[in-house]
Amino acid sequence: MNVAVAKTGKGRAVSDLFTSAEARLPGSPDVIAVRREAFETYERLGLPHRRIEEWKYTDLRALVGEVLPLAASPDGAALKRAAEAVKAHAIAGASKLVLVDGVFAADLSDVKALATEAGFKTLREILDSEANPAASDLLQTVATDAVISLNAAMATDGVVVTIADGAQLSAPIQLIHVATATGASAFTRSHLRIGKGARATIVESFVAAGKTSGYHVNDAVVLWISDDADVAHIRLMDDAPDAVNITSQFVTVGANTKLNFFNMTTGAAVSRLQGFITLAGEGSELSANGVNLLQKTEHGDTTLVVDHAVPNCTSREIFRAVIDERAHSVFQGRIIVRPDAQKTDGKMMTRALLLSDEAEADNKPELEIFADDVSCGHGATAGALDESLLFYLKARGLPEKQAQALLIQAFVGEAIEQIADDGLREHVIGMAERWLERRS
Amino acid sequence: MPAVQETVERVKRIDVDQYRYGFETLIESDKAPKGLSEETVKFISEKKNEPAWMLQWRLEAYRRWLTMTEPTWARVDYPKIDFQDLYYYSAPKPKKTITSLDEIDPEILKTYEKLGIPLREVAMLEGVEPKPGDQDPNRRKIAVDAVFDSVSVATTFKAELKKAGVIFMPISEAIREHPELVQKYLGSVVPTSDNFYATLNSAVFSDGSFVYVPPGVRCPMELSTYFRINERNTGQFERTLIIADKGAYVSYLEGCTAPQRDENQLHAAVVELVAHDDAEIKYSTVQNWYPGNSEGKGGIYNFVTKRGDCRGDRSKISWTQVETGSAITWKYPSCILRGDNSSGEFYSIAISNGYQQVDSGTKMIHLGKNTSSRIISKGIAAGKSQNTYRGLVTAHRKATGARNFTACDSLLIGDKCGAHTVPYIEAKNSSATFEHEATTSKISEDVLFYCIQRGLSQEEAVGLVVNGFVKDVLQQLPMEFAVEAQKLISISLEGSVG
Repeated sequence: MNVAVAKTGKGRAVSDLFTSAEARLPGSPDVIAVRREAFETYERLGLPHRRIEEWKYTDLRALVGEVLPLAASPDGAALKRAAEAVKAHAIAGASKLVLVDGVFAADLSDVKALATEAGFKTLREILDSEANPAASDLLQTVATDAVISLNAAMATDGVVVTIADGAQLSAPIQLIHVATATGASAFTRSHLRIGKGARATIVESFVAAGKTSGYHVNDAVVLWISDDADVAHIRLMDDAPDAVNITSQFVTVGANTKLNFFNMTTGAAVSRLQGFITLAGEGSELSANGVNLLQKTEHGDTTLVVDHAVPNCTSREIFRAVIDERAHSVFQGRIIVRPDAQKTDGKMMTRALLLSDEAEADNKPELEIFADDVSCGHGATAGALDESLLFYLKARGLPEKQAQALLIQAFVGEAIEQIADDGLREHVIGMAERWLERRS
Repeated sequence: MPAVQETVERVKRIDVDQYRYGFETLIESDKAPKGLSEETVKFISEKKNEPAWMLQWRLEAYRRWLTMTEPTWARVDYPKIDFQDLYYYSAPKPKKTITSLDEIDPEILKTYEKLGIPLREVAMLEGVEPKPGDQDPNRRKIAVDAVFDSVSVATTFKAELKKAGVIFMPISEAIREHPELVQKYLGSVVPTSDNFYATLNSAVFSDGSFVYVPPGVRCPMELSTYFRINERNTGQFERTLIIADKGAYVSYLEGCTAPQRDENQLHAAVVELVAHDDAEIKYSTVQNWYPGNSEGKGGIYNFVTKRGDCRGDRSKISWTQVETGSAITWKYPSCILRGDNSSGEFYSIAISNGYQQVDSGTKMIHLGKNTSSRIISKGIAAGKSQNTYRGLVTAHRKATGARNFTACDSLLIGDKCGAHTVPYIEAKNSSATFEHEATTSKISEDVLFYCIQRGLSQEEAVGLVVNGFVKDVLQQLPMEFAVEAQKLISISLEGSVG
């Protein structure tokens, strides 16, 4: 139910923030007009709250309250700190594209290496260019979603990557978001366009430099994949323990294409990944999976909408959440099967493992089906670790924590093993192991 | 997999244009002036000879209602209802004070006869002693409360029930005769401020059934209420209150039909169940309100709030519903599992045809320790209908050992309809175990293997297991309804889409 709610004093604070940030936002006058409109939408809606069905379990008004001011452009010292974080989180052999506090950092990125395989520009470049009348198209919004509108209004930078038809990328492209500014917001938006028959692996990492804390990230990704392509898309969100990360993804998949998507959440006090994946071409296969590892009072939300717009597509979703202490995990999955999308095969499975009596798991696996010759299913479970399994391991001499860790690894393993690339899969398993070590 | 031909034909047989209860009874009636105001509320209260506290209760609800807005979250679409364009009270004009069944307007009796509802105890008693070779030896006695528009016209077997200590009477009578019970329980499960339609009902409800089963008593027969909307432009607002005291057991069922009309009619009922320690309430519904014609014109808006409160330890509430009627259905029979070791069940079969819209499901709210709930829902959408299952399962932080199992299947027949599943699963403590599934393939492999090994095909095996399970539930429905329901249930699950 979308109710108009009187704006809080906190909503007003953002309005001031927009005015003060406006001068720093890239874009020709046309673009600025689009931004203003998006901002007005945001102002009208305010931060999402629990009375809005899509945000029922992630009440940003209660969890976040206010949007922090725009981070300053990173200076030399900030870039230096960022360089260290990049080094620590870089995937071996990947072409890196680094955004520091929402600004593209050319010196930390492998632009030259990438340029041989793909077209590259920054969002800022395109928005600023007067010669590009379609620039404002890069700031599309969804009229009913306030955080996406806010992103369009405030996005300072991002990457725009075009992979040509038939290109077979030898190395992954790794987009690294580094935060160096404590108590500030970064707004980014990236566009990735993958050509016909192309093959590519895209990794997104969200990290903090050193002890950076209490920052907000609002990211948007528009991924457009043409026919006959084969794409792996891995998102690793390991932001600082008190950060906020809200990411919106819009993915369009062409015909006979394979997309293997995985999201890992191991950081941030409040996070939400909302993915809107449209299967727009026949014969495509989607595998969209994720793991939330949450502790303390963390709140992790994964919302995936898979829209089968055409016949003969397959989608699989496997989601696992491990929730410790007073953390709160949310999974909202929706499979839509449009009237013409016959022979759709969609399956979704979400499981939550509660490690503490104060942990909370909310699952909402939805099906919305308008075609009669389809096979769709979903399953959801929530529960604690199996006592008998724990006992078995402990009886064989494993300490409690280690026995738990083993069972947790097996539990999340079902989702992680969906990652097709061996190296990346190992990387993700390493992240899970580190999280378990932190826990014990 | 698309639906098999047999299923398609069976659903067609209960399509909207096959509605068999669409006749109208011509009868003089006594109506409240059109529209809703404090005057209307007072009018109803006065008609019912209610004590002052009841009127006060109604007026508070009415004032609260004025501040509320209609809910819009359900997946149903209908033109805005003009609440001032309705009659809130309509009763068949009494010729004189009725002392026996014979004095009821013969037109009304005829109506119930046509509907196959036994209002004459004699007629039913014949069935008590099964003749040798009788097809159904399980035929039981059923006490009926017949509600015609806004009033109860007859309640059978009252004397026999009284002997057992069971109170079964129209709620309007109970307000006068057992005010202490009504005052204690009315609104204690569905408060007057609960939701838009429940609040409206609290203000203007005219009749319904009241059941009280004293401690340790097993109600000697099935209780049932038959609701009939007859008058044009009226809304029916009935209120049912069932209390099972410690260790009591009662099985209750309701049926509903309405004449075929071009305009939509509103039915906003509230049902409250209270189960004390070790008590069990079984509530069954066969809902067959007029669904509108094949163009989607007319039909009943069925906006109902049903809630059971397992107040005592080891109590049990079970909802069974077979939904085939109504233009729009909006109802979520729920269980509040407050007592330790209490359990709730929800079995539902919702079949939509024509332009029907169904948004139905349940809520299982686990508050006590070691509570368990089970949800089995089966939705079948045909024609241009939309069929949504919406369910909530939640375990409170202190509800340790809560368990839930949910299975919902839906089936689409044709490509103009939609089937949707919207489950909300909220686990707030680690010892809660929730399982939700929405496919038929999840039937235990062992069981399937067993059947297949004995020569059944995979299909037959699935059919046997699933239908066997559902049939189990439906066999608990009293006879009149079981026959009809069985027919609906035999609809194959093949082609289920989850």
